[in-house]
Amino acid sequence: MRNAWVIAKRDMGSYFNSPVFYVVTTVFLIIYSFIFFNILNFFSFQSVQAGQFQGMNVGLNLNEMVIEPSFHNMLVILLLMIPVLTMRSFADEKKGKTYTLLLSSPLHLKEIIFGKFLACITVVFLMILLSSYSVGFLLILGQPEIGPIVTGYLGILLMAGCYVGMGVFASSLTDNQIIAAVIAFGFSLFMWIIGWASQAAGAGLGEVLQYLSLIDHIERFLKGIIDTSDVVYYLSFIFFFLFLTHRVLDSQRWR
Amino acid sequence: MIEVENLTKFYGPHPAIKGLTFNVNQGEVVGFLGPNGAGKSTTMNILCCILPATAGTVKICGFDVFEQSLEIRKKIGYLPENPPLYPDMTVTSYLEFAAKIRGVPNNKVAASRDRVLDKCVLKDVRHRIIGRLSKGFQQRVGLAQSMIHDPEILILDEPTIGLDPIQIIEIRKLIHELASSHTIILSSHILPEITHICKRVIILNDGEIAAVDSLEGLTASLNKSERLLLRVRNSSNGIADKLQTLDNVLSVNAEGDKEFMIECAMNSHVQDQVAQMALEHSWGIEELKTVSMTLEDIFLKLTLEEKGVDA
Ligand SMILES: Nc1ncnc2c1ncn2[C@@H]1O[C@H](COP(=O)(O)OP(=O)(O)OP(=O)(O)O)[C@@H](O)[C@H]1O
Ligand SMILES: [Mg+2]
Repeated sequence: MRNAWVIAKRDMGSYFNSPVFYVVTTVFLIIYSFIFFNILNFFSFQSVQAGQFQGMNVGLNLNEMVIEPSFHNMLVILLLMIPVLTMRSFADEKKGKTYTLLLSSPLHLKEIIFGKFLACITVVFLMILLSSYSVGFLLILGQPEIGPIVTGYLGILLMAGCYVGMGVFASSLTDNQIIAAVIAFGFSLFMWIIGWASQAAGAGLGEVLQYLSLIDHIERFLKGIIDTSDVVYYLSFIFFFLFLTHRVLDSQRWR
Repeated sequence: MIEVENLTKFYGPHPAIKGLTFNVNQGEVVGFLGPNGAGKSTTMNILCCILPATAGTVKICGFDVFEQSLEIRKKIGYLPENPPLYPDMTVTSYLEFAAKIRGVPNNKVAASRDRVLDKCVLKDVRHRIIGRLSKGFQQRVGLAQSMIHDPEILILDEPTIGLDPIQIIEIRKLIHELASSHTIILSSHILPEITHICKRVIILNDGEIAAVDSLEGLTASLNKSERLLLRVRNSSNGIADKLQTLDNVLSVNAEGDKEFMIECAMNSHVQDQVAQMALEHSWGIEELKTVSMTLEDIFLKLTLEEKGVDA
Protein backbone atom coordinates (compact mmCIF):
# COMPACT_ATOMS: atom_id res chain seq x y z
CA MET A 1 0.00 0.00 0.00
CA ARG A 2 2.89 2.32 0.75
CA ASN A 3 4.25 1.47 -2.69
CA ALA A 4 0.98 2.34 -4.39
CA TRP A 5 0.97 5.65 -2.57
CA VAL A 6 4.58 6.35 -3.60
CA ILE A 7 3.67 5.71 -7.22
CA ALA A 8 0.53 7.82 -6.94
CA LYS A 9 2.42 10.73 -5.41
CA ARG A 10 4.99 10.72 -8.17
CA ASP A 11 2.30 10.62 -10.83
CA MET A 12 0.42 13.47 -9.24
CA GLY A 13 3.60 15.49 -9.11
CA SER A 14 4.09 14.90 -12.78
CA TYR A 15 0.51 15.98 -13.50
CA PHE A 16 1.00 19.21 -11.63
CA ASN A 17 4.35 19.77 -13.30
CA SER A 18 2.97 19.42 -16.78
CA PRO A 19 0.73 21.82 -18.64
CA VAL A 20 -1.68 19.00 -19.51
CA PHE A 21 -3.39 19.16 -16.15
CA TYR A 22 -3.80 22.93 -16.22
CA VAL A 23 -5.06 22.99 -19.78
CA VAL A 24 -7.53 20.18 -19.17
CA THR A 25 -8.78 21.74 -15.95
CA THR A 26 -9.15 25.17 -17.51
CA VAL A 27 -11.04 23.89 -20.51
CA PHE A 28 -13.20 21.76 -18.25
CA LEU A 29 -14.05 24.69 -15.98
CA ILE A 30 -14.77 27.09 -18.82
CA ILE A 31 -17.11 24.73 -20.62
CA TYR A 32 -18.79 23.62 -17.43
CA SER A 33 -19.29 27.19 -16.27
CA PHE A 34 -20.65 28.20 -19.63
CA ILE A 35 -23.22 25.43 -19.52
CA PHE A 36 -24.03 26.02 -15.87
CA PHE A 37 -24.70 29.72 -16.25
CA ASN A 38 -26.78 29.16 -19.32
CA ILE A 39 -28.91 26.70 -17.44
CA LEU A 40 -29.13 29.09 -14.52
CA ASN A 41 -30.08 31.92 -16.80
CA PHE A 42 -32.80 29.84 -18.37
CA PHE A 43 -34.03 28.92 -14.92
CA SER A 44 -34.23 32.49 -13.68
CA PHE A 45 -35.95 33.48 -16.89
CA GLN A 46 -38.54 30.78 -16.30
CA SER A 47 -39.01 31.63 -12.68
CA VAL A 48 -39.55 35.29 -13.54
CA GLN A 49 -42.14 34.20 -16.08
CA ALA A 50 -43.78 31.86 -13.63
CA GLY A 51 -43.87 34.68 -11.09
CA GLN A 52 -45.52 37.00 -13.56
CA PHE A 53 -48.16 34.61 -14.78
CA GLN A 54 -48.99 32.60 -11.74
CA GLY A 55 -47.84 34.76 -8.89
CA MET A 56 -45.83 31.87 -7.45
CA ASN A 57 -42.88 29.66 -8.30
CA VAL A 58 -43.61 26.48 -6.42
CA GLY A 59 -43.10 24.13 -9.37
CA LEU A 60 -39.61 25.40 -10.07
CA ASN A 61 -36.95 23.54 -8.21
CA LEU A 62 -33.23 24.44 -8.23
CA ASN A 63 -32.17 20.83 -7.78
CA GLU A 64 -34.19 19.51 -10.65
CA MET A 65 -33.83 22.36 -13.04
CA VAL A 66 -30.26 23.51 -12.49
CA ILE A 67 -28.15 21.05 -10.58
CA GLU A 68 -29.32 17.88 -12.24
CA PRO A 69 -28.80 19.05 -15.83
CA SER A 70 -25.48 20.66 -14.86
CA PHE A 71 -24.26 17.40 -13.39
CA HIS A 72 -25.38 15.53 -16.46
CA ASN A 73 -23.40 17.90 -18.60
CA MET A 74 -20.41 17.63 -16.33
CA LEU A 75 -20.39 13.89 -16.89
CA VAL A 76 -20.24 14.46 -20.63
CA ILE A 77 -17.37 16.93 -20.31
CA LEU A 78 -15.51 14.54 -18.04
CA LEU A 79 -16.01 11.82 -20.62
CA LEU A 80 -14.15 14.01 -23.06
CA MET A 81 -11.44 15.18 -20.69
CA ILE A 82 -10.46 12.19 -18.59
CA PRO A 83 -8.93 10.19 -21.44
CA VAL A 84 -6.47 13.04 -21.88
CA LEU A 85 -5.42 12.69 -18.26
CA THR A 86 -5.23 8.92 -18.18
CA MET A 87 -3.53 8.43 -21.52
CA ARG A 88 -0.06 8.91 -20.12
CA SER A 89 -0.36 6.52 -17.16
CA PHE A 90 1.40 3.55 -18.67
CA ALA A 91 1.96 4.68 -22.25
CA ASP A 92 4.34 7.38 -21.09
CA GLU A 93 6.29 5.06 -18.82
CA LYS A 94 6.73 2.59 -21.62
CA LYS A 95 7.75 5.18 -24.15
CA GLY A 96 10.19 6.88 -21.78
CA LYS A 97 11.70 3.54 -20.75
CA THR A 98 10.95 4.39 -17.13
CA TYR A 99 8.73 1.35 -16.99
CA THR A 100 11.89 -0.74 -16.58
CA LEU A 101 12.55 1.11 -13.32
CA LEU A 102 9.16 0.02 -12.00
CA LEU A 103 9.55 -3.51 -13.32
CA SER A 104 13.00 -4.00 -11.86
CA SER A 105 11.87 -2.74 -8.46
CA PRO A 106 10.33 -5.03 -5.88
CA LEU A 107 6.79 -3.85 -6.61
CA HIS A 108 3.68 -5.88 -7.22
CA LEU A 109 1.97 -5.09 -10.47
CA LYS A 110 -1.24 -4.37 -8.59
CA GLU A 111 0.52 -1.73 -6.53
CA ILE A 112 1.66 0.04 -9.67
CA ILE A 113 -1.80 -0.12 -11.22
CA PHE A 114 -3.56 1.04 -8.10
CA GLY A 115 -1.07 3.87 -7.69
CA LYS A 116 -1.71 5.05 -11.22
CA PHE A 117 -5.45 4.86 -10.70
CA LEU A 118 -5.21 6.72 -7.44
CA ALA A 119 -3.20 9.52 -9.02
CA CYS A 120 -5.68 10.00 -11.86
CA ILE A 121 -8.76 9.87 -9.70
CA THR A 122 -7.26 12.37 -7.27
CA VAL A 123 -6.58 14.77 -10.10
CA VAL A 124 -10.13 14.32 -11.38
CA PHE A 125 -11.46 14.80 -7.87
CA LEU A 126 -9.61 18.09 -7.76
CA MET A 127 -11.21 19.17 -11.02
CA ILE A 128 -14.66 18.32 -9.74
CA LEU A 129 -13.90 20.11 -6.50
CA LEU A 130 -12.97 23.26 -8.38
CA SER A 131 -16.20 23.10 -10.35
CA SER A 132 -18.25 22.91 -7.16
CA TYR A 133 -18.01 26.68 -6.80
CA SER A 134 -21.14 26.60 -8.97
CA VAL A 135 -23.10 24.81 -6.27
CA GLY A 136 -21.79 27.23 -3.69
CA PHE A 137 -23.15 29.96 -5.87
CA LEU A 138 -26.59 28.35 -5.82
CA LEU A 139 -26.43 27.96 -2.05
CA ILE A 140 -26.00 31.70 -1.78
CA LEU A 141 -28.76 32.46 -4.26
CA GLY A 142 -31.41 30.02 -3.15
CA GLN A 143 -32.09 26.97 -1.08
CA PRO A 144 -31.36 23.81 -3.03
CA GLU A 145 -31.65 20.53 -1.20
CA ILE A 146 -28.27 19.37 0.10
CA GLY A 147 -28.95 15.62 -0.05
CA PRO A 148 -29.14 15.20 -3.82
CA ILE A 149 -26.08 17.42 -4.22
CA VAL A 150 -23.97 15.21 -2.00
CA THR A 151 -25.16 11.98 -3.55
CA GLY A 152 -24.84 13.59 -6.97
CA TYR A 153 -21.19 14.31 -6.37
CA LEU A 154 -20.66 10.80 -5.08
CA GLY A 155 -22.23 9.43 -8.26
CA ILE A 156 -20.10 11.69 -10.43
CA LEU A 157 -16.98 10.59 -8.63
CA LEU A 158 -17.88 6.92 -9.07
CA MET A 159 -18.59 7.44 -12.73
CA ALA A 160 -15.35 9.38 -13.14
CA GLY A 161 -13.66 6.39 -11.49
CA CYS A 162 -15.07 4.23 -14.27
CA TYR A 163 -13.70 6.59 -16.89
CA VAL A 164 -10.32 6.54 -15.17
CA GLY A 165 -10.39 2.74 -14.93
CA MET A 166 -11.04 2.47 -18.66
CA GLY A 167 -8.40 5.10 -19.34
CA VAL A 168 -5.72 3.35 -17.30
CA PHE A 169 -6.61 0.12 -19.03
CA ALA A 170 -6.37 1.73 -22.47
CA SER A 171 -3.01 3.20 -21.51
CA SER A 172 -1.66 -0.22 -20.58
CA LEU A 173 -2.34 -1.50 -24.08
CA THR A 174 0.08 0.72 -25.92
CA ASP A 175 3.08 3.01 -25.63
CA ASN A 176 1.37 5.66 -27.72
CA GLN A 177 -0.55 8.27 -25.75
CA ILE A 178 -2.81 9.28 -28.62
CA ILE A 179 -3.90 5.70 -29.19
CA ALA A 180 -4.46 5.30 -25.45
CA ALA A 181 -6.67 8.39 -25.37
CA VAL A 182 -8.71 7.34 -28.39
CA ILE A 183 -9.26 3.85 -27.01
CA ALA A 184 -10.24 5.24 -23.62
CA PHE A 185 -12.64 7.65 -25.23
CA GLY A 186 -14.11 4.88 -27.37
CA PHE A 187 -14.61 2.61 -24.38
CA SER A 188 -16.18 5.32 -22.25
CA LEU A 189 -18.58 6.43 -24.94
CA PHE A 190 -19.49 2.87 -25.79
CA MET A 191 -20.20 1.94 -22.18
CA TRP A 192 -22.32 5.07 -21.95
CA ILE A 193 -24.54 4.23 -24.91
CA ILE A 194 -24.51 0.46 -24.67
CA GLY A 195 -28.04 0.57 -23.28
CA TRP A 196 -29.33 1.83 -26.60
CA ALA A 197 -29.03 -1.64 -28.00
CA SER A 198 -31.34 -3.08 -25.36
CA GLN A 199 -34.41 -2.46 -27.54
CA ALA A 200 -32.99 -4.43 -30.42
CA ALA A 201 -31.49 -7.13 -28.24
CA GLY A 202 -34.79 -8.36 -26.84
CA ALA A 203 -35.84 -9.03 -23.27
CA GLY A 204 -33.07 -10.96 -21.51
CA LEU A 205 -29.97 -9.56 -23.15
CA GLY A 206 -31.58 -6.17 -23.35
CA GLU A 207 -31.87 -5.95 -19.60
CA VAL A 208 -28.25 -6.94 -19.20
CA LEU A 209 -27.17 -4.25 -21.63
CA GLN A 210 -29.32 -1.72 -19.86
CA TYR A 211 -27.73 -2.71 -16.58
CA LEU A 212 -24.24 -2.42 -18.05
CA SER A 213 -24.81 1.08 -19.31
CA LEU A 214 -22.88 3.63 -17.27
CA ILE A 215 -25.47 6.36 -17.47
CA ASP A 216 -28.33 4.21 -16.21
CA HIS A 217 -26.90 4.09 -12.72
CA ILE A 218 -26.37 7.78 -12.23
CA GLU A 219 -30.03 8.80 -12.22
CA ARG A 220 -30.79 7.68 -8.67
CA PHE A 221 -27.66 9.36 -7.36
CA LEU A 222 -28.78 12.64 -8.90
CA LYS A 223 -32.19 12.26 -7.28
CA GLY A 224 -30.59 11.84 -3.89
CA ILE A 225 -30.89 8.08 -3.57
CA ILE A 226 -27.96 5.82 -2.88
CA ASP A 227 -28.84 2.39 -4.13
CA THR A 228 -26.34 -0.33 -3.19
CA SER A 229 -26.76 -2.00 -6.56
CA ASP A 230 -25.56 1.20 -8.26
CA VAL A 231 -22.58 1.50 -5.96
CA VAL A 232 -21.74 -2.16 -6.49
CA TYR A 233 -22.08 -1.67 -10.21
CA TYR A 234 -19.62 1.23 -10.33
CA LEU A 235 -17.12 -0.32 -7.99
CA SER A 236 -17.11 -3.63 -9.81
CA PHE A 237 -16.85 -1.76 -13.09
CA ILE A 238 -13.70 -0.02 -11.86
CA PHE A 239 -12.32 -3.21 -10.39
CA PHE A 240 -12.97 -5.10 -13.60
CA PHE A 241 -10.98 -2.66 -15.70
CA LEU A 242 -8.11 -2.55 -13.22
CA PHE A 243 -8.13 -6.32 -13.29
CA LEU A 244 -7.97 -6.29 -17.09
CA THR A 245 -5.06 -3.86 -16.84
CA HIS A 246 -3.33 -6.32 -14.58
CA ARG A 247 -3.85 -9.12 -17.05
CA VAL A 248 -2.58 -7.06 -19.94
CA LEU A 249 0.56 -5.87 -18.16
CA ASP A 250 1.25 -9.30 -16.79
CA SER A 251 1.02 -10.89 -20.19
CA GLN A 252 3.18 -8.16 -21.70
CA ARG A 253 5.78 -8.85 -19.09
CA TRP A 254 5.93 -12.55 -19.71
CA ARG A 255 5.46 -12.50 -23.44
CA MET B 1 25.50 -16.37 -6.74
CA ILE B 2 24.19 -16.09 -10.27
CA GLU B 3 23.71 -19.32 -12.13
CA VAL B 4 22.57 -19.19 -15.71
CA GLU B 5 21.84 -22.35 -17.56
CA ASN B 6 20.97 -22.82 -21.18
CA LEU B 7 19.35 -19.42 -21.37
CA THR B 8 17.55 -18.83 -24.64
CA LYS B 9 15.40 -15.96 -25.77
CA PHE B 10 13.45 -15.68 -28.98
CA TYR B 11 11.95 -12.46 -30.24
CA GLY B 12 9.35 -13.92 -32.54
CA PRO B 13 11.24 -16.37 -34.72
CA HIS B 14 14.62 -14.72 -34.15
CA PRO B 15 16.84 -15.92 -31.36
CA ALA B 16 18.50 -13.07 -29.50
CA ILE B 17 20.46 -15.38 -27.25
CA LYS B 18 21.00 -19.08 -27.68
CA GLY B 19 21.76 -21.41 -24.82
CA LEU B 20 23.94 -19.24 -22.60
CA THR B 21 25.46 -20.99 -19.60
CA PHE B 22 27.64 -19.21 -17.10
CA ASN B 23 28.10 -18.54 -13.41
CA VAL B 24 28.98 -15.44 -11.51
CA ASN B 25 30.38 -15.83 -8.02
CA GLN B 26 29.81 -13.58 -5.06
CA GLY B 27 31.98 -10.49 -5.16
CA GLU B 28 33.01 -10.98 -8.75
CA VAL B 29 33.06 -8.26 -11.37
CA VAL B 30 32.13 -9.74 -14.70
CA GLY B 31 32.02 -7.99 -18.03
CA PHE B 32 29.79 -8.76 -20.97
CA LEU B 33 31.59 -7.83 -24.11
CA GLY B 34 29.99 -7.98 -27.49
CA PRO B 35 29.17 -6.07 -30.64
CA ASN B 36 25.79 -4.45 -31.24
CA GLY B 37 22.99 -6.95 -31.21
CA ALA B 38 25.03 -9.63 -29.47
CA GLY B 39 22.37 -10.06 -26.81
CA LYS B 40 23.98 -8.28 -23.86
CA SER B 41 20.97 -6.15 -22.98
CA THR B 42 18.61 -9.03 -23.53
CA THR B 43 20.56 -11.20 -21.09
CA MET B 44 20.64 -8.42 -18.52
CA ASN B 45 16.93 -7.81 -18.84
CA ILE B 46 16.31 -11.46 -18.14
CA LEU B 47 18.58 -11.40 -15.10
CA CYS B 48 16.66 -8.41 -13.77
CA CYS B 49 13.31 -10.16 -14.17
CA ILE B 50 12.11 -7.70 -16.79
CA LEU B 51 11.99 -10.13 -19.66
CA PRO B 52 11.04 -13.77 -19.45
CA ALA B 53 13.37 -16.27 -21.04
CA THR B 54 12.08 -18.57 -23.75
CA ALA B 55 14.01 -21.46 -22.26
CA GLY B 56 16.63 -22.13 -19.65
CA THR B 57 16.91 -21.17 -16.00
CA VAL B 58 18.44 -18.33 -14.06
CA LYS B 59 19.01 -18.62 -10.34
CA ILE B 60 20.16 -15.63 -8.35
CA CYS B 61 21.05 -16.22 -4.69
CA GLY B 62 19.15 -19.45 -5.04
CA PHE B 63 15.96 -17.74 -6.22
CA ASP B 64 14.49 -18.43 -9.63
CA VAL B 65 13.96 -15.33 -11.79
CA PHE B 66 10.63 -16.59 -12.95
CA GLU B 67 9.17 -17.97 -9.74
CA GLN B 68 10.61 -15.68 -7.10
CA SER B 69 11.34 -12.50 -8.98
CA LEU B 70 10.28 -10.27 -6.10
CA GLU B 71 13.05 -11.57 -3.85
CA ILE B 72 15.58 -11.07 -6.60
CA ARG B 73 14.40 -7.58 -7.42
CA LYS B 74 15.11 -6.59 -3.84
CA LYS B 75 18.71 -7.60 -4.25
CA ILE B 76 19.44 -6.16 -7.67
CA GLY B 77 20.26 -2.66 -8.80
CA TYR B 78 19.81 -2.23 -12.51
CA LEU B 79 20.97 0.43 -14.89
CA PRO B 80 19.27 -0.35 -18.19
CA GLU B 81 20.63 0.63 -21.57
CA ASN B 82 18.42 3.71 -21.60
CA PRO B 83 18.52 5.19 -18.12
CA PRO B 84 14.94 5.08 -16.79
CA LEU B 85 14.60 8.77 -15.94
CA TYR B 86 11.52 10.92 -15.56
CA PRO B 87 12.50 14.08 -17.41
CA ASP B 88 10.15 16.31 -15.42
CA MET B 89 11.55 15.44 -11.98
CA THR B 90 14.44 16.98 -10.14
CA VAL B 91 17.43 14.82 -9.38
CA THR B 92 16.68 14.63 -5.66
CA SER B 93 12.99 13.89 -5.99
CA TYR B 94 13.77 11.24 -8.58
CA LEU B 95 16.31 9.55 -6.35
CA GLU B 96 13.94 9.68 -3.41
CA PHE B 97 11.26 8.07 -5.52
CA ALA B 98 13.66 5.37 -6.67
CA ALA B 99 14.71 4.73 -3.07
CA LYS B 100 11.13 4.33 -1.94
CA ILE B 101 10.03 1.94 -4.64
CA ARG B 102 13.22 -0.04 -4.12
CA GLY B 103 12.10 -0.60 -0.57
CA VAL B 104 14.37 1.75 1.37
CA PRO B 105 12.59 2.53 4.66
CA ASN B 106 11.27 6.08 4.93
CA ASN B 107 13.72 7.19 7.60
CA LYS B 108 16.71 6.12 5.49
CA VAL B 109 15.61 7.66 2.21
CA ALA B 110 17.39 10.95 2.73
CA ALA B 111 20.60 9.26 3.77
CA SER B 112 20.59 6.94 0.76
CA ARG B 113 19.90 9.84 -1.52
CA ASP B 114 22.81 11.84 -0.15
CA ARG B 115 25.09 8.85 -0.34
CA VAL B 116 24.52 8.30 -4.06
CA LEU B 117 24.53 12.02 -4.83
CA ASP B 118 27.96 12.03 -3.32
CA LYS B 119 29.20 8.88 -5.02
CA CYS B 120 28.06 9.87 -8.48
CA VAL B 121 29.19 13.48 -8.09
CA LEU B 122 25.72 14.90 -8.52
CA LYS B 123 25.72 17.36 -5.64
CA ASP B 124 25.88 20.42 -7.88
CA VAL B 125 22.92 19.43 -10.01
CA ARG B 126 20.75 18.01 -7.25
CA HIS B 127 17.97 20.56 -7.70
CA ARG B 128 18.01 20.61 -11.49
CA ILE B 129 15.31 19.09 -13.68
CA ILE B 130 16.57 15.80 -15.10
CA GLY B 131 15.29 16.50 -18.61
CA ARG B 132 17.55 19.55 -18.83
CA LEU B 133 20.73 17.79 -17.73
CA SER B 134 23.36 16.81 -20.26
CA LYS B 135 23.53 13.19 -21.38
CA GLY B 136 26.49 12.43 -19.16
CA PHE B 137 24.79 13.78 -16.07
CA GLN B 138 21.66 11.84 -16.93
CA GLN B 139 23.76 8.72 -17.18
CA ARG B 140 25.13 9.45 -13.73
CA VAL B 141 21.64 9.90 -12.33
CA GLY B 142 20.79 6.52 -13.85
CA LEU B 143 23.80 5.03 -12.16
CA ALA B 144 22.91 6.67 -8.86
CA GLN B 145 19.42 5.21 -9.10
CA SER B 146 20.80 1.69 -9.54
CA MET B 147 22.71 1.76 -6.27
CA ILE B 148 20.29 3.74 -4.16
CA HIS B 149 19.23 0.75 -2.09
CA ASP B 150 22.77 -0.58 -1.76
CA PRO B 151 21.97 -3.81 -3.56
CA GLU B 152 24.08 -6.94 -3.35
CA ILE B 153 24.15 -7.26 -7.10
CA LEU B 154 24.62 -4.46 -9.60
CA ILE B 155 23.78 -4.97 -13.23
CA LEU B 156 24.97 -2.11 -15.37
CA ASP B 157 24.29 -1.94 -19.08
CA GLU B 158 26.99 0.21 -20.64
CA PRO B 159 27.46 2.38 -17.57
CA THR B 160 30.04 4.74 -19.01
CA ILE B 161 28.35 5.50 -22.30
CA GLY B 162 28.12 9.23 -22.91
CA LEU B 163 30.49 10.20 -20.11
CA ASP B 164 33.53 12.38 -20.54
CA PRO B 165 36.97 10.83 -20.01
CA ILE B 166 37.34 12.24 -16.51
CA GLN B 167 33.97 10.86 -15.51
CA ILE B 168 34.76 7.51 -17.08
CA ILE B 169 37.77 7.29 -14.81
CA GLU B 170 35.66 8.37 -11.84
CA ILE B 171 33.04 5.75 -12.57
CA ARG B 172 35.69 3.09 -12.97
CA LYS B 173 37.06 4.06 -9.60
CA LEU B 174 33.58 3.90 -8.16
CA ILE B 175 33.00 0.44 -9.59
CA HIS B 176 36.35 -0.64 -8.18
CA GLU B 177 35.24 0.57 -4.79
CA LEU B 178 31.90 -1.18 -5.06
CA ALA B 179 33.55 -4.35 -6.25
CA SER B 180 34.86 -5.11 -2.79
CA SER B 181 31.38 -5.60 -1.40
CA HIS B 182 29.16 -6.18 -4.43
CA THR B 183 28.71 -8.57 -7.27
CA ILE B 184 28.75 -6.61 -10.49
CA ILE B 185 27.90 -7.44 -14.07
CA LEU B 186 28.49 -4.77 -16.64
CA SER B 187 28.39 -4.68 -20.39
CA SER B 188 30.33 -2.78 -22.95
CA HIS B 189 31.50 -2.93 -26.47
CA ILE B 190 34.76 -1.26 -25.64
CA LEU B 191 37.54 -3.65 -24.76
CA PRO B 192 39.78 -1.31 -22.73
CA GLU B 193 36.76 -0.36 -20.69
CA ILE B 194 36.19 -3.94 -19.68
CA THR B 195 39.86 -4.65 -19.14
CA HIS B 196 40.05 -1.82 -16.66
CA ILE B 197 37.19 -2.95 -14.51
CA CYS B 198 36.49 -6.64 -14.80
CA LYS B 199 38.32 -9.67 -13.59
CA ARG B 200 36.46 -11.95 -15.90
CA VAL B 201 34.99 -11.36 -19.32
CA ILE B 202 32.16 -13.13 -21.07
CA ILE B 203 32.31 -12.47 -24.74
CA LEU B 204 29.00 -12.69 -26.52
CA ASN B 205 28.68 -12.83 -30.22
CA ASP B 206 25.47 -13.31 -32.09
CA GLY B 207 23.67 -14.60 -29.02
CA GLU B 208 26.30 -17.14 -28.09
CA ILE B 209 29.21 -17.15 -25.72
CA ALA B 210 32.30 -16.84 -27.85
CA ALA B 211 34.65 -17.03 -24.89
CA VAL B 212 34.68 -16.90 -21.11
CA ASP B 213 38.06 -16.01 -19.83
CA SER B 214 39.93 -14.21 -17.17
CA LEU B 215 41.45 -11.01 -18.33
CA GLU B 216 44.98 -12.37 -18.38
CA GLY B 217 43.95 -15.35 -20.42
CA LEU B 218 42.08 -13.19 -22.83
CA THR B 219 44.90 -10.78 -23.34
CA ALA B 220 47.35 -13.60 -23.77
CA SER B 221 45.24 -15.36 -26.35
CA LEU B 222 44.72 -12.15 -28.22
CA ASN B 223 48.32 -11.15 -28.04
CA LYS B 224 49.91 -13.94 -29.95
CA SER B 225 50.65 -11.34 -32.54
CA GLU B 226 50.68 -7.61 -32.76
CA ARG B 227 50.19 -5.18 -35.53
CA LEU B 228 52.15 -2.25 -36.83
CA LEU B 229 50.95 0.51 -39.02
CA LEU B 230 53.54 1.99 -41.34
CA ARG B 231 52.85 5.09 -43.36
CA VAL B 232 55.43 6.43 -45.78
CA ARG B 233 55.86 9.62 -47.77
CA ASN B 234 57.33 8.27 -50.97
CA SER B 235 55.42 5.51 -52.59
CA SER B 236 57.44 2.95 -54.45
CA ASN B 237 56.73 -0.51 -55.69
CA GLY B 238 57.50 -3.55 -53.73
CA ILE B 239 57.41 -2.12 -50.24
CA ALA B 240 55.04 -4.82 -49.12
CA ASP B 241 57.21 -7.55 -50.58
CA LYS B 242 60.31 -6.15 -48.94
CA LEU B 243 58.61 -5.92 -45.58
CA GLN B 244 57.46 -9.47 -45.95
CA THR B 245 61.05 -10.66 -46.08
CA LEU B 246 61.78 -9.44 -42.55
CA ASP B 247 62.06 -11.97 -39.76
CA ASN B 248 59.03 -12.30 -37.48
CA VAL B 249 56.71 -10.61 -39.95
CA LEU B 250 53.71 -12.81 -40.46
CA SER B 251 51.85 -10.87 -43.09
CA VAL B 252 51.69 -7.47 -44.71
CA ASN B 253 48.57 -5.79 -45.94
CA ALA B 254 48.90 -2.80 -48.23
CA GLU B 255 46.20 -0.22 -47.70
CA GLY B 256 46.78 2.08 -50.61
CA ASP B 257 50.37 2.47 -51.76
CA LYS B 258 51.59 4.47 -48.76
CA GLU B 259 50.04 2.60 -45.88
CA PHE B 260 50.88 -0.87 -44.68
CA MET B 261 49.52 -3.03 -41.94
CA ILE B 262 52.22 -5.36 -40.69
CA GLU B 263 51.30 -8.34 -38.58
CA CYS B 264 54.22 -9.64 -36.61
CA ALA B 265 55.09 -11.91 -33.74
CA MET B 266 54.59 -10.66 -30.23
CA ASN B 267 57.43 -8.65 -28.69
CA SER B 268 59.68 -9.17 -31.67
CA HIS B 269 60.55 -5.48 -31.97
CA VAL B 270 60.08 -5.51 -35.68
CA GLN B 271 59.83 -1.72 -35.54
CA ASP B 272 63.61 -1.42 -35.54
CA GLN B 273 63.99 -3.49 -38.65
CA VAL B 274 61.15 -1.74 -40.40
CA ALA B 275 62.64 1.63 -39.61
CA GLN B 276 66.03 0.56 -40.82
CA MET B 277 64.62 -0.75 -44.04
CA ALA B 278 62.69 2.43 -44.55
CA LEU B 279 65.84 4.49 -44.12
CA GLU B 280 67.81 2.32 -46.50
CA HIS B 281 65.25 2.70 -49.23
CA SER B 282 64.40 6.29 -48.30
CA TRP B 283 60.67 5.63 -48.10
CA GLY B 284 60.37 8.48 -45.64
CA ILE B 285 58.60 7.29 -42.51
CA GLU B 286 55.57 9.38 -41.65
CA GLU B 287 54.20 7.12 -39.02
CA LEU B 288 55.10 3.83 -37.44
CA LYS B 289 53.06 2.59 -34.56
CA THR B 290 51.51 -0.43 -32.96
CA VAL B 291 47.82 -0.71 -33.52
CA SER B 292 45.59 -2.12 -30.85
CA MET B 293 43.02 -4.55 -32.06
CA THR B 294 39.51 -3.36 -32.59
CA LEU B 295 36.63 -5.25 -31.16
CA GLU B 296 35.81 -6.46 -34.62
CA ASP B 297 39.23 -8.07 -34.92
CA ILE B 298 38.81 -9.71 -31.56
CA PHE B 299 35.53 -11.24 -32.53
CA LEU B 300 36.81 -12.35 -35.85
CA LYS B 301 39.78 -13.87 -34.15
CA LEU B 302 37.89 -15.54 -31.37
CA THR B 303 35.12 -16.87 -33.53
CA LEU B 304 37.51 -18.05 -36.19
CA GLU B 305 39.76 -19.70 -33.63
CA GLU B 306 36.84 -21.48 -32.02
CA LYS B 307 35.77 -22.78 -35.36
CA GLY B 308 39.31 -23.82 -36.11
CA VAL B 309 39.37 -25.87 -32.93
CA ASP B 310 36.07 -27.51 -33.71
CA ALA B 311 37.04 -28.52 -37.22
N1 LIG C 1 12.02 -5.97 -28.25
C1 LIG C 1 12.66 -6.63 -29.22
N2 LIG C 1 11.96 -7.17 -30.24
C2 LIG C 1 12.59 -7.86 -31.22
N3 LIG C 1 13.90 -8.05 -31.29
C3 LIG C 1 14.66 -7.53 -30.31
C4 LIG C 1 14.08 -6.78 -29.24
N4 LIG C 1 15.08 -6.40 -28.41
C5 LIG C 1 16.22 -6.85 -28.96
N5 LIG C 1 15.98 -7.55 -30.10
C6 LIG C 1 16.98 -8.23 -30.92
O1 LIG C 1 17.73 -9.08 -30.10
C7 LIG C 1 19.10 -9.05 -30.45
C8 LIG C 1 19.94 -8.73 -29.24
O2 LIG C 1 19.67 -7.41 -28.82
P1 LIG C 1 20.34 -6.74 -27.54
O3 LIG C 1 19.68 -5.45 -27.33
O4 LIG C 1 20.33 -7.71 -26.44
O5 LIG C 1 21.83 -6.52 -28.05
P2 LIG C 1 23.03 -5.78 -27.29
O6 LIG C 1 24.11 -6.79 -27.18
O7 LIG C 1 22.56 -5.14 -26.06
O8 LIG C 1 23.43 -4.70 -28.37
P3 LIG C 1 23.94 -3.19 -28.13
O9 LIG C 1 25.41 -3.28 -27.99
O10 LIG C 1 23.57 -2.52 -29.40
O11 LIG C 1 23.25 -2.64 -26.95
C9 LIG C 1 19.23 -8.05 -31.57
O12 LIG C 1 19.33 -8.75 -32.78
C10 LIG C 1 17.96 -7.26 -31.51
O13 LIG C 1 17.58 -6.88 -32.80
MG1 LIG D 1 22.53 -3.28 -25.35
